[in-house]
Amino acid sequence: MTSPLQEVMSYVGTGNADPILREIRFALAKLVETGEPTVIDLGAIPFAAGDERILDKVLGRGELQATLTSMGESRIAETGVAGVWRVDHFDADGEVQSRFIEVTYMPEILRTQKEDAAYALARLDEMLNERAEARAQAQSGVN
Amino acid sequence: MVNKPMLGDLMRDHGVSRRGFLKYCATLASAMALPPMMAPRIAHALENAPRPSVIWLSFQECTGCTEAITRSHSPSIEDLIFNAISLDYHHTLQAASGDAAEHAREEAMKEHWGKYVLIVDGSIPLENPEYSCIAGISNLDMLKETAEGAAAIVSVGTCAAFGGIPHADPNPTGAVAVSDIIKDKPIINVPGCPPIPIVMTGVLAHFLTFGLPELDELNRPKAFYGETIHDRCYRRPFYDKGLFAETFDDQGAREGWCLYKLGCKGPTTKSVCATVKWNDHTSFPIEAGHPCLGCTEPDFWDNGGFYKPLSAPAGDYRKLAQAAVGAGAALGVGSAVLNRMGKSKAAANHETVDAHDLEKKS
Repeated sequence: MTSPLQEVMSYVGTGNADPILREIRFALAKLVETGEPTVIDLGAIPFAAGDERILDKVLGRGELQATLTSMGESRIAETGVAGVWRVDHFDADGEVQSRFIEVTYMPEILRTQKEDAAYALARLDEMLNERAEARAQAQSGVN
Repeated sequence: MVNKPMLGDLMRDHGVSRRGFLKYCATLASAMALPPMMAPRIAHALENAPRPSVIWLSFQECTGCTEAITRSHSPSIEDLIFNAISLDYHHTLQAASGDAAEHAREEAMKEHWGKYVLIVDGSIPLENPEYSCIAGISNLDMLKETAEGAAAIVSVGTCAAFGGIPHADPNPTGAVAVSDIIKDKPIINVPGCPPIPIVMTGVLAHFLTFGLPELDELNRPKAFYGETIHDRCYRRPFYDKGLFAETFDDQGAREGWCLYKLGCKGPTTKSVCATVKWNDHTSFPIEAGHPCLGCTEPDFWDNGGFYKPLSAPAGDYRKLAQAAVGAGAALGVGSAVLNRMGKSKAAANHETVDAHDLEKKS
Protein backbone atom coordinates (compact mmCIF):
# COMPACT_ATOMS: atom_id res chain seq x y z
CA MET A 1 0.00 0.00 0.00
CA THR A 2 1.44 3.32 -0.98
CA SER A 3 0.24 6.51 0.64
CA PRO A 4 -0.57 9.57 -1.52
CA LEU A 5 2.68 11.11 -0.21
CA GLN A 6 4.73 8.09 -1.25
CA GLU A 7 3.00 8.22 -4.63
CA VAL A 8 4.09 11.84 -5.08
CA MET A 9 7.62 11.07 -3.83
CA SER A 10 7.94 8.30 -6.40
CA TYR A 11 7.99 10.97 -9.11
CA VAL A 12 10.69 13.12 -7.46
CA GLY A 13 13.89 12.73 -9.44
CA THR A 14 17.41 14.14 -9.47
CA GLY A 15 17.87 14.25 -13.22
CA ASN A 16 20.41 11.42 -13.06
CA ALA A 17 18.35 8.77 -14.89
CA ASP A 18 19.26 9.91 -18.40
CA PRO A 19 23.03 10.06 -17.82
CA ILE A 20 22.84 6.54 -16.35
CA LEU A 21 20.90 5.34 -19.40
CA ARG A 22 23.63 6.78 -21.65
CA GLU A 23 26.26 5.02 -19.55
CA ILE A 24 24.33 1.75 -19.91
CA ARG A 25 24.17 2.25 -23.68
CA PHE A 26 27.94 2.79 -23.81
CA ALA A 27 28.57 -0.30 -21.64
CA LEU A 28 26.28 -2.46 -23.78
CA ALA A 29 28.13 -1.41 -26.93
CA LYS A 30 31.40 -2.38 -25.20
CA LEU A 31 29.95 -5.76 -24.22
CA VAL A 32 28.84 -6.48 -27.78
CA GLU A 33 32.15 -5.36 -29.30
CA THR A 34 34.68 -6.72 -26.82
CA GLY A 35 32.76 -9.00 -24.43
CA GLU A 36 33.92 -6.88 -21.50
CA PRO A 37 31.28 -6.56 -18.74
CA THR A 38 30.51 -3.38 -16.74
CA VAL A 39 28.99 -2.98 -13.29
CA ILE A 40 27.30 0.32 -12.41
CA ASP A 41 26.71 1.04 -8.73
CA LEU A 42 23.34 2.76 -8.39
CA GLY A 43 24.31 3.71 -4.82
CA ALA A 44 27.27 5.73 -6.10
CA ILE A 45 25.21 8.62 -7.48
CA PRO A 46 22.20 10.51 -6.12
CA PHE A 47 19.26 8.49 -7.38
CA ALA A 48 15.68 9.07 -6.24
CA ALA A 49 12.46 7.14 -6.74
CA GLY A 50 11.58 9.27 -9.78
CA ASP A 51 14.88 8.32 -11.45
CA GLU A 52 14.18 4.67 -10.67
CA ARG A 53 10.80 5.06 -12.36
CA ILE A 54 12.40 6.37 -15.59
CA LEU A 55 15.03 3.61 -15.54
CA ASP A 56 12.35 0.92 -15.15
CA LYS A 57 10.23 2.45 -17.89
CA VAL A 58 13.04 2.57 -20.45
CA LEU A 59 14.70 -0.76 -19.62
CA GLY A 60 11.47 -2.66 -19.01
CA ARG A 61 11.10 -6.22 -17.79
CA GLY A 62 13.04 -9.02 -19.41
CA GLU A 63 12.47 -12.74 -19.71
CA LEU A 64 14.54 -13.94 -16.76
CA GLN A 65 14.20 -13.32 -13.03
CA ALA A 66 16.12 -15.13 -10.30
CA THR A 67 16.02 -14.91 -6.51
CA LEU A 68 19.09 -15.66 -4.45
CA THR A 69 18.41 -16.48 -0.81
CA SER A 70 21.61 -15.94 1.16
CA MET A 71 21.97 -13.32 3.90
CA GLY A 72 18.54 -12.03 2.88
CA GLU A 73 17.23 -12.02 -0.65
CA SER A 74 18.87 -10.75 -3.81
CA ARG A 75 16.89 -10.21 -6.97
CA ILE A 76 18.73 -10.75 -10.21
CA ALA A 77 16.70 -9.91 -13.30
CA GLU A 78 17.50 -9.32 -16.93
CA THR A 79 15.81 -6.15 -18.12
CA GLY A 80 13.93 -5.86 -21.40
CA VAL A 81 17.25 -4.76 -22.90
CA ALA A 82 19.12 -8.07 -23.26
CA GLY A 83 22.54 -8.02 -21.59
CA VAL A 84 21.45 -5.37 -19.08
CA TRP A 85 20.70 -6.86 -15.65
CA ARG A 86 19.43 -5.47 -12.37
CA VAL A 87 21.13 -6.95 -9.31
CA ASP A 88 19.47 -5.75 -6.10
CA HIS A 89 20.66 -6.99 -2.71
CA PHE A 90 18.39 -6.95 0.34
CA ASP A 91 19.14 -7.89 3.95
CA ALA A 92 17.19 -10.35 6.08
CA ASP A 93 14.63 -7.63 6.92
CA GLY A 94 14.02 -6.82 3.28
CA GLU A 95 15.91 -3.51 3.39
CA VAL A 96 18.02 -2.54 0.38
CA GLN A 97 21.74 -3.17 0.88
CA SER A 98 23.07 -2.28 -2.55
CA ARG A 99 21.79 -1.96 -6.12
CA PHE A 100 23.66 -2.52 -9.33
CA ILE A 101 23.18 -2.50 -13.07
CA GLU A 102 25.32 -5.25 -14.57
CA VAL A 103 25.94 -5.13 -18.29
CA THR A 104 27.08 -8.67 -18.92
CA TYR A 105 26.10 -11.99 -20.51
CA MET A 106 25.91 -13.58 -17.05
CA PRO A 107 26.06 -11.86 -13.64
CA GLU A 108 28.87 -13.36 -11.57
CA ILE A 109 26.61 -14.00 -8.58
CA LEU A 110 24.39 -16.37 -10.61
CA ARG A 111 27.28 -18.77 -11.17
CA THR A 112 27.95 -21.51 -8.68
CA GLN A 113 31.03 -20.42 -6.74
CA LYS A 114 34.00 -22.80 -6.86
CA GLU A 115 34.34 -22.73 -3.04
CA ASP A 116 30.69 -23.70 -2.60
CA ALA A 117 31.07 -26.53 -5.15
CA ALA A 118 34.19 -27.82 -3.35
CA TYR A 119 32.36 -27.73 -0.01
CA ALA A 120 29.33 -29.42 -1.60
CA LEU A 121 31.56 -32.16 -2.98
CA ALA A 122 32.87 -32.91 0.51
CA ARG A 123 29.32 -32.88 1.90
CA LEU A 124 28.08 -35.20 -0.86
CA ASP A 125 30.95 -37.62 -0.21
CA GLU A 126 30.03 -37.63 3.48
CA MET A 127 26.41 -38.43 2.69
CA LEU A 128 27.37 -41.18 0.26
CA ASN A 129 29.74 -42.68 2.84
CA GLU A 130 27.00 -42.61 5.46
CA ARG A 131 24.66 -44.42 3.05
CA ALA A 132 27.35 -46.99 2.23
CA GLU A 133 28.00 -47.55 5.94
CA ALA A 134 24.30 -47.89 6.67
CA ARG A 135 23.97 -50.38 3.85
CA ALA A 136 26.99 -52.36 5.10
CA GLN A 137 25.53 -52.43 8.62
CA ALA A 138 22.14 -53.57 7.33
CA GLN A 139 23.81 -56.33 5.34
CA SER A 140 25.92 -57.50 8.26
CA GLY A 141 22.69 -57.58 10.30
CA VAL A 142 21.09 -59.85 7.70
CA ASN A 143 24.09 -62.17 7.67
CA MET B 1 45.25 -17.69 17.62
CA VAL B 2 47.05 -19.22 14.65
CA ASN B 3 44.63 -22.14 14.84
CA LYS B 4 41.56 -19.96 14.61
CA PRO B 5 39.59 -20.62 11.42
CA MET B 6 39.89 -18.34 8.39
CA LEU B 7 36.97 -16.17 7.33
CA GLY B 8 35.81 -18.61 4.62
CA ASP B 9 35.42 -21.41 7.17
CA LEU B 10 33.71 -19.08 9.65
CA MET B 11 31.14 -18.10 7.02
CA ARG B 12 30.38 -21.71 6.16
CA ASP B 13 29.96 -22.50 9.86
CA HIS B 14 27.37 -19.70 9.98
CA GLY B 15 25.57 -21.14 6.96
CA VAL B 16 26.67 -18.34 4.64
CA SER B 17 27.46 -19.44 1.09
CA ARG B 18 30.18 -17.80 -0.95
CA ARG B 19 27.44 -16.15 -3.00
CA GLY B 20 26.23 -14.56 0.25
CA PHE B 21 29.77 -13.39 0.91
CA LEU B 22 30.09 -12.00 -2.63
CA LYS B 23 26.87 -10.12 -2.02
CA TYR B 24 28.33 -8.63 1.16
CA CYS B 25 31.54 -7.70 -0.65
CA ALA B 26 29.50 -5.99 -3.40
CA THR B 27 27.74 -3.95 -0.70
CA LEU B 28 31.08 -3.25 0.99
CA ALA B 29 32.62 -2.10 -2.32
CA SER B 30 29.63 0.17 -2.82
CA ALA B 31 29.99 1.57 0.71
CA MET B 32 33.75 2.07 0.29
CA ALA B 33 33.13 3.80 -3.06
CA LEU B 34 35.35 1.26 -4.78
CA PRO B 35 34.61 0.20 -8.37
CA PRO B 36 31.91 -2.51 -8.16
CA MET B 37 34.02 -4.82 -10.35
CA MET B 38 36.37 -5.07 -7.32
CA ALA B 39 33.87 -7.13 -5.27
CA PRO B 40 35.31 -10.57 -6.23
CA ARG B 41 38.83 -9.28 -5.46
CA ILE B 42 37.74 -8.02 -2.05
CA ALA B 43 36.15 -11.40 -1.34
CA HIS B 44 39.32 -13.23 -2.36
CA ALA B 45 41.58 -10.93 -0.34
CA LEU B 46 39.42 -11.13 2.80
CA GLU B 47 39.27 -14.90 2.63
CA ASN B 48 43.04 -15.14 2.43
CA ALA B 49 44.15 -12.22 4.62
CA PRO B 50 46.23 -13.09 7.67
CA ARG B 51 44.36 -12.37 10.89
CA PRO B 52 45.92 -9.27 12.44
CA SER B 53 46.20 -8.87 16.18
CA VAL B 54 44.02 -6.01 17.39
CA ILE B 55 44.26 -4.20 20.71
CA TRP B 56 41.22 -2.05 21.48
CA LEU B 57 41.63 0.62 24.15
CA SER B 58 38.57 2.40 25.57
CA PHE B 59 39.26 5.71 27.26
CA GLN B 60 36.82 8.57 28.05
CA GLU B 61 33.83 7.21 26.15
CA CYS B 62 30.30 5.89 26.62
CA THR B 63 30.88 2.44 25.05
CA GLY B 64 28.40 3.44 22.32
CA CYS B 65 30.99 2.67 19.62
CA THR B 66 31.48 -0.86 20.92
CA GLU B 67 27.71 -1.25 21.28
CA ALA B 68 27.20 -0.18 17.68
CA ILE B 69 29.76 -2.57 16.24
CA THR B 70 28.60 -5.55 18.29
CA ARG B 71 24.84 -4.96 18.09
CA SER B 72 24.30 -5.41 14.37
CA HIS B 73 21.65 -8.04 13.73
CA SER B 74 23.09 -11.51 13.68
CA PRO B 75 24.21 -13.36 11.79
CA SER B 76 25.67 -10.35 10.06
CA ILE B 77 28.84 -10.39 8.06
CA GLU B 78 29.97 -7.29 9.92
CA ASP B 79 30.15 -9.68 12.81
CA LEU B 80 32.17 -12.13 10.77
CA ILE B 81 34.63 -9.48 9.61
CA PHE B 82 35.02 -8.59 13.25
CA ASN B 83 35.82 -12.27 13.81
CA ALA B 84 38.43 -12.13 11.05
CA ILE B 85 40.64 -10.12 13.35
CA SER B 86 42.22 -11.46 16.49
CA LEU B 87 40.87 -9.18 19.19
CA ASP B 88 43.48 -9.67 21.87
CA TYR B 89 42.40 -6.95 24.29
CA HIS B 90 39.09 -5.13 24.71
CA HIS B 91 38.17 -4.54 28.31
CA THR B 92 34.40 -4.48 27.69
CA LEU B 93 34.34 -7.71 25.70
CA GLN B 94 37.13 -9.81 27.17
CA ALA B 95 36.47 -12.37 29.87
CA ALA B 96 39.68 -11.66 31.74
CA SER B 97 39.82 -8.84 34.26
CA GLY B 98 42.34 -7.07 36.48
CA ASP B 99 45.96 -8.16 36.14
CA ALA B 100 45.08 -11.01 33.76
CA ALA B 101 43.50 -8.52 31.34
CA GLU B 102 46.52 -6.22 31.38
CA HIS B 103 48.73 -9.26 30.99
CA ALA B 104 46.80 -10.17 27.80
CA ARG B 105 47.54 -6.72 26.40
CA GLU B 106 51.24 -6.96 27.24
CA GLU B 107 51.45 -10.45 25.75
CA ALA B 108 49.76 -9.36 22.50
CA MET B 109 52.06 -6.35 22.28
CA LYS B 110 55.17 -8.46 22.80
CA GLU B 111 54.14 -11.18 20.37
CA HIS B 112 53.07 -8.83 17.56
CA TRP B 113 55.35 -5.84 18.20
CA GLY B 114 55.29 -3.51 15.22
CA LYS B 115 52.44 -5.42 13.55
CA TYR B 116 49.30 -5.08 15.65
CA VAL B 117 46.46 -2.66 14.95
CA LEU B 118 45.52 -0.36 17.80
CA ILE B 119 41.88 0.71 17.93
CA VAL B 120 41.04 3.52 20.35
CA ASP B 121 37.63 4.78 21.32
CA GLY B 122 37.30 7.67 23.75
CA SER B 123 39.33 10.80 24.36
CA ILE B 124 42.34 11.16 26.63
CA PRO B 125 42.44 13.64 29.55
CA LEU B 126 45.71 15.44 28.95
CA GLU B 127 45.43 18.19 31.57
CA ASN B 128 44.47 15.78 34.34
CA PRO B 129 45.61 12.28 33.29
CA GLU B 130 44.50 10.84 36.63
CA TYR B 131 40.85 11.53 35.74
CA SER B 132 40.73 8.34 33.69
CA CYS B 133 42.78 5.29 34.60
CA ILE B 134 42.54 1.58 33.82
CA ALA B 135 44.15 -0.83 36.28
CA GLY B 136 45.96 2.12 37.82
CA ILE B 137 47.49 3.14 34.49
CA SER B 138 46.45 6.54 33.15
CA ASN B 139 44.89 6.63 29.67
CA LEU B 140 47.78 8.83 28.57
CA ASP B 141 50.44 6.32 29.63
CA MET B 142 48.51 3.34 28.26
CA LEU B 143 48.05 5.04 24.89
CA LYS B 144 51.70 6.05 24.58
CA GLU B 145 52.91 2.61 25.63
CA THR B 146 50.55 0.68 23.34
CA ALA B 147 50.91 3.02 20.35
CA GLU B 148 54.66 2.51 20.31
CA GLY B 149 54.46 -1.01 18.89
CA ALA B 150 51.39 -0.51 16.69
CA ALA B 151 51.49 -0.74 12.89
CA ALA B 152 48.59 1.70 12.66
CA ILE B 153 46.00 3.33 14.90
CA VAL B 154 42.29 3.51 14.20
CA SER B 155 40.55 6.21 16.23
CA VAL B 156 36.98 4.98 16.39
CA GLY B 157 34.28 7.51 17.27
CA THR B 158 34.38 11.28 17.49
CA CYS B 159 35.91 11.22 21.01
CA ALA B 160 39.08 9.41 19.89
CA ALA B 161 39.17 11.21 16.54
CA PHE B 162 38.51 14.80 17.65
CA GLY B 163 37.96 14.79 21.42
CA GLY B 164 34.19 14.50 21.07
CA ILE B 165 31.81 15.22 23.92
CA PRO B 166 34.48 15.04 26.69
CA HIS B 167 36.29 17.78 24.74
CA ALA B 168 33.14 19.94 24.60
CA ASP B 169 33.29 23.30 26.25
CA PRO B 170 34.33 23.76 29.09
CA ASN B 171 36.26 20.47 28.74
CA PRO B 172 36.76 19.79 32.47
CA THR B 173 39.28 16.97 32.02
CA GLY B 174 41.36 18.63 29.31
CA ALA B 175 40.31 15.88 26.89
CA VAL B 176 42.14 15.60 23.57
CA ALA B 177 42.11 13.33 20.52
CA VAL B 178 44.57 10.48 19.91
CA SER B 179 46.21 12.50 17.13
CA ASP B 180 46.98 15.30 19.61
CA ILE B 181 49.26 12.90 21.49
CA ILE B 182 50.60 10.38 18.98
CA LYS B 183 52.46 11.98 16.09
CA ASP B 184 54.63 9.23 14.64
CA LYS B 185 52.09 6.55 13.59
CA PRO B 186 49.55 6.37 10.79
CA ILE B 187 46.19 7.31 12.34
CA ILE B 188 42.86 6.61 10.66
CA ASN B 189 40.04 8.70 12.13
CA VAL B 190 36.62 7.03 11.98
CA PRO B 191 34.42 9.67 13.63
CA GLY B 192 30.72 9.44 14.38
CA CYS B 193 28.75 9.28 17.59
CA PRO B 194 28.87 6.35 17.09
CA PRO B 195 30.20 5.55 13.61
CA ILE B 196 28.00 3.36 11.41
CA PRO B 197 28.98 -0.30 12.04
CA ILE B 198 29.72 -1.04 8.38
CA VAL B 199 32.00 2.00 8.29
CA MET B 200 34.04 0.56 11.17
CA THR B 201 34.16 -2.92 9.62
CA GLY B 202 34.70 -1.40 6.17
CA VAL B 203 37.82 0.39 7.39
CA LEU B 204 39.07 -2.85 8.96
CA ALA B 205 38.25 -4.76 5.76
CA HIS B 206 40.10 -2.16 3.73
CA PHE B 207 43.10 -2.40 6.02
CA LEU B 208 43.08 -6.21 5.71
CA THR B 209 42.76 -6.22 1.92
CA PHE B 210 44.50 -3.13 0.58
CA GLY B 211 46.32 -1.59 3.58
CA LEU B 212 45.76 1.98 4.70
CA PRO B 213 42.82 3.67 2.97
CA GLU B 214 43.07 7.08 1.33
CA LEU B 215 42.44 9.79 3.94
CA ASP B 216 41.08 13.33 3.84
CA GLU B 217 42.57 16.39 5.57
CA LEU B 218 41.06 15.25 8.91
CA ASN B 219 42.55 11.74 8.44
CA ARG B 220 39.13 10.25 7.70
CA PRO B 221 38.87 7.54 5.00
CA LYS B 222 37.68 9.36 1.88
CA ALA B 223 35.49 6.41 0.93
CA PHE B 224 33.20 7.03 3.89
CA TYR B 225 33.76 10.71 4.52
CA GLY B 226 34.13 12.00 0.97
CA GLU B 227 30.68 13.51 0.53
CA THR B 228 28.40 15.50 2.76
CA ILE B 229 25.10 14.07 3.99
CA HIS B 230 23.41 16.92 2.13
CA ASP B 231 24.95 15.79 -1.18
CA ARG B 232 23.21 12.43 -0.91
CA CYS B 233 20.14 13.29 1.13
CA TYR B 234 16.82 12.04 -0.24
CA ARG B 235 15.34 15.43 0.86
CA ARG B 236 17.84 17.27 -1.33
CA PRO B 237 15.31 17.84 -4.18
CA PHE B 238 13.22 19.86 -1.68
CA TYR B 239 16.25 21.96 -0.74
CA ASP B 240 16.89 22.61 -4.43
CA LYS B 241 13.28 23.71 -4.85
CA GLY B 242 13.45 25.92 -1.74
CA LEU B 243 10.88 23.86 0.20
CA PHE B 244 11.74 23.85 3.92
CA ALA B 245 10.12 22.65 7.13
CA GLU B 246 9.95 25.75 9.37
CA THR B 247 8.95 23.96 12.58
CA PHE B 248 8.74 20.32 13.63
CA ASP B 249 4.97 20.14 13.19
CA ASP B 250 4.15 22.29 10.18
CA GLN B 251 2.97 21.18 6.77
CA GLY B 252 6.55 21.12 5.47
CA ALA B 253 7.64 18.73 8.24
CA ARG B 254 4.72 16.46 7.45
CA GLU B 255 5.51 16.55 3.72
CA GLY B 256 9.10 15.58 4.41
CA TRP B 257 10.68 18.81 3.18
CA CYS B 258 14.27 19.88 3.79
CA LEU B 259 15.28 20.39 7.47
CA TYR B 260 17.92 23.03 6.73
CA LYS B 261 16.04 25.80 8.56
CA LEU B 262 15.61 23.56 11.61
CA GLY B 263 19.38 23.46 12.01
CA CYS B 264 20.33 20.48 9.84
CA LYS B 265 24.14 20.19 9.66
CA GLY B 266 23.96 17.88 6.62
CA PRO B 267 25.57 20.45 4.30
CA THR B 268 28.76 20.62 6.39
CA THR B 269 28.86 17.04 7.66
CA LYS B 270 30.72 14.31 5.84
CA SER B 271 29.30 10.85 6.41
CA VAL B 272 27.49 8.07 4.54
CA CYS B 273 24.40 8.19 6.80
CA ALA B 274 22.13 9.09 3.86
CA THR B 275 23.18 6.13 1.73
CA VAL B 276 24.30 3.38 4.12
CA LYS B 277 21.82 4.38 6.84
CA TRP B 278 21.49 3.01 10.37
CA ASN B 279 20.10 -0.04 12.18
CA ASP B 280 20.71 -2.42 9.33
CA HIS B 281 19.91 0.09 6.63
CA THR B 282 16.54 1.04 8.13
CA SER B 283 16.71 4.82 8.38
CA PHE B 284 18.85 7.77 9.41
CA PRO B 285 18.12 10.87 11.52
CA ILE B 286 16.87 13.05 8.65
CA GLU B 287 14.60 10.25 7.43
CA ALA B 288 13.20 10.08 10.97
CA GLY B 289 12.43 13.81 10.75
CA HIS B 290 15.32 15.22 12.76
CA PRO B 291 18.10 17.47 11.49
CA CYS B 292 21.63 16.08 11.30
CA LEU B 293 23.71 17.09 14.37
CA GLY B 294 26.98 16.84 12.47
CA CYS B 295 28.51 14.20 14.77
CA THR B 296 31.33 13.22 12.40
CA GLU B 297 32.80 16.72 12.47
CA PRO B 298 35.20 18.20 15.04
CA ASP B 299 33.53 20.12 17.89
CA PHE B 300 30.04 19.19 16.76
CA TRP B 301 28.80 19.64 20.31
CA ASP B 302 29.88 23.30 20.34
CA ASN B 303 29.00 24.20 16.78
CA GLY B 304 26.38 26.84 17.38
CA GLY B 305 23.38 24.87 18.60
CA PHE B 306 21.70 21.85 17.07
CA TYR B 307 18.59 23.78 16.00
CA LYS B 308 20.26 26.90 14.62
CA PRO B 309 20.31 27.02 10.84
CA LEU B 310 23.82 26.95 9.38
CA SER B 311 23.48 30.23 7.52
CA ALA B 312 21.97 32.21 10.38
CA PRO B 313 24.25 35.21 10.95
CA ALA B 314 26.52 35.06 13.98
CA GLY B 315 25.20 38.43 15.19
CA ASP B 316 21.88 36.80 15.98
CA TYR B 317 23.57 34.24 18.19
CA ARG B 318 25.27 36.96 20.16
CA LYS B 319 22.05 38.83 20.76
CA LEU B 320 20.25 35.64 21.66
CA ALA B 321 23.00 34.69 24.08
CA GLN B 322 22.98 38.04 25.82
CA ALA B 323 19.21 38.00 26.04
CA ALA B 324 19.33 34.48 27.41
CA VAL B 325 21.92 35.36 30.04
CA GLY B 326 20.03 38.50 30.99
CA ALA B 327 16.66 36.86 31.22
CA GLY B 328 18.01 33.62 32.63
CA ALA B 329 16.12 31.85 29.87
CA ALA B 330 17.20 28.46 28.61
CA LEU B 331 18.50 28.83 25.08
CA GLY B 332 21.06 26.95 22.99
CA VAL B 333 23.91 29.31 22.20
CA GLY B 334 26.85 29.18 19.85
CA SER B 335 30.29 28.04 20.89
CA ALA B 336 31.80 31.08 19.22
CA VAL B 337 30.21 33.09 21.98
CA LEU B 338 30.95 30.60 24.74
CA ASN B 339 34.61 30.31 23.75
CA ARG B 340 35.06 34.04 24.02
CA MET B 341 33.49 34.10 27.46
CA GLY B 342 36.11 31.76 28.86
CA LYS B 343 35.72 28.43 30.54
CA SER B 344 34.67 29.35 34.05
CA LYS B 345 32.07 31.82 32.86
CA ALA B 346 30.77 29.32 30.32
CA ALA B 347 30.44 26.70 32.99
CA ALA B 348 28.55 29.13 35.22
CA ASN B 349 26.24 30.12 32.39
CA HIS B 350 25.88 26.62 31.00
CA GLU B 351 22.78 26.68 28.87
CA THR B 352 20.68 23.93 27.45
CA VAL B 353 18.16 23.55 24.66
CA ASP B 354 14.64 22.80 25.75
CA ALA B 355 11.28 22.19 24.13
CA HIS B 356 10.71 25.92 23.60
CA ASP B 357 13.72 26.08 21.33
CA LEU B 358 12.43 23.15 19.36
CA GLU B 359 9.23 25.08 18.80
CA LYS B 360 11.04 28.23 17.75
CA LYS B 361 10.13 30.03 14.54
CA SER B 362 13.17 30.74 12.37
